[in-house]
Amino acid sequence: MPKELWKGNEAIAEAAVRAGLEAYFGYPITPQTEILEYLSRRMPELGRTFVQAESELGAINMVYGAACTGVRVMSSSSSPGVSLMMEGISYIAGTEVPAVLVNVMRGGPGLGNIAPAQGDYNQAVHGGGHGDYQPIVLAPASVQEAIDLTVLSFDLAEKYRAICMVILDGCVGQMMEPAQMPEMKPIQRANWDWATDGKMGKRERRILTSIYLDPIEEEKLNLRLLNRWRTIQANEIRYKEYFLDDAEIVIVGFGTAGRVALSAVRTAREQGIKVGLLRPITVSPFPSEVIDQLAGRAEAFLVTEMNSGQMLEDVRLAVKGRVPVEFYGRLGGVVPFPDEILSEIQRMAKIKLSANVHPRDAWLERMAKV
Amino acid sequence: MQKEIIISGFGGQGVLFAGQVIAYAAMDSGKEVTWIPSYGPEMRGGTANCTVVIADQEIGSPLVKNPPLAIALNLPSFDKYEPLMQAGGTLIVNQSMVDRGAQRNDIHVILVPCNEIAEGIGDKKLMNMVAVGALLTALSQVSLKDVEKALEAHLPARHKHLLPKNYEALKRGFETHTKRVG
Repeated sequence: MPKELWKGNEAIAEAAVRAGLEAYFGYPITPQTEILEYLSRRMPELGRTFVQAESELGAINMVYGAACTGVRVMSSSSSPGVSLMMEGISYIAGTEVPAVLVNVMRGGPGLGNIAPAQGDYNQAVHGGGHGDYQPIVLAPASVQEAIDLTVLSFDLAEKYRAICMVILDGCVGQMMEPAQMPEMKPIQRANWDWATDGKMGKRERRILTSIYLDPIEEEKLNLRLLNRWRTIQANEIRYKEYFLDDAEIVIVGFGTAGRVALSAVRTAREQGIKVGLLRPITVSPFPSEVIDQLAGRAEAFLVTEMNSGQMLEDVRLAVKGRVPVEFYGRLGGVVPFPDEILSEIQRMAKIKLSANVHPRDAWLERMAKV
Repeated sequence: MQKEIIISGFGGQGVLFAGQVIAYAAMDSGKEVTWIPSYGPEMRGGTANCTVVIADQEIGSPLVKNPPLAIALNLPSFDKYEPLMQAGGTLIVNQSMVDRGAQRNDIHVILVPCNEIAEGIGDKKLMNMVAVGALLTALSQVSLKDVEKALEAHLPARHKHLLPKNYEALKRGFETHTKRVG
């Protein structure tokens, strides 16, 4: 297929269709509404199910119901809407059914604004719903990646009977880039041994539930989820490396913050600074091992995010205090420009860094002076 | 080699489409390209803008603070982007909508009466294409021919009858600038 110019949100919608999406339930919210709008036309055209629910709560519970029947199902929303879905997400996790949820993040907390942000990292990665569960979370930084990861999210959700989230910010959602769509995949319902798709008098009935009144049984579920998570951690970590071979300074950034950092890295390289970039694609499971290895040979890390340093804590856990970890973030819907990250790189290349101050405190002090 | 372009004006002036035309032309000639609109509250009145980045390799930031190239289709856009231009950059200004000249002398400010030229062709809505034509003289990555081909390839069938006038608008903008600089 030739490349076409796709807008991030619409590309996600079409990619989901081509991956065999049979049912979509959602509720409009900027900056992801184009996903819903696109599917409101596309899904009926193909005889598939599209419902604009009465609310995000309605939408996620419709997703839950459809997921129990074993069809490929998704919803999409933006930060405040995703918060409303958290109860349903926990139920989906507890019931062990596959579902895909796209969060096009915006500035918060609260109603916030509609500008691009990454403030929902902790909610997505460290579980926003109640109980012990781990969602798979993918973070595209370009339109092509948004397409590829949307397709992948359905495969992963089904493979592990888990909730798979795709988190991006308004920047990737609203941006147009040349991208290649996968071929249209015919809908093939797998013959799941767990799906409640009607026994037709031919087999034993199946029960899908997230209620385990006996704590021993609930513990068994929790252990099952945990063991499955360890398999996911062992097999599904994805990231992209840039200029890391001889890097003395390693930047870690995901999504838009990661690609903005790439511009800064290239300029710094032209100036002779040995700096590289690690861009996590799966933020959950987190690429801790590669950071662990990098910490063995790099001199310092810089974490860049469009939040107050949420992934920063995961990077620090992997670095284990061996080398200084610095932080640069913009908040509330502000997207950093490359020159801001470049000055951080230049500063780090010039001075001796201390590991004694928490990077967030040091960053706040620097910000106060600007 | 990377080039960034900001196109700015009132909503309805064809700001976003002008950027898309350049983005299509860049894509069709095998370049990497990003197009990103301002989708914040500023799109409800005031200036609307989009940023186009063209490069030979994977593009980092899709946003740019100090563009080397820009189009300002109205006065608020001229006021906003003239101070932000990269030194040595080229700013195409729709002369029909501004009442002043350039304030900086370290950038090329090209005043083009886009509205009048478009009206001369017979459709004032083509003023964005006049501005794009003028910009192309300063954009080595994409040629006039590339943009014409992109319009032909990507304009929906129901708009195809508008192609000759779009070509005319692009050409007139391109020639205006060439004459002024030459």
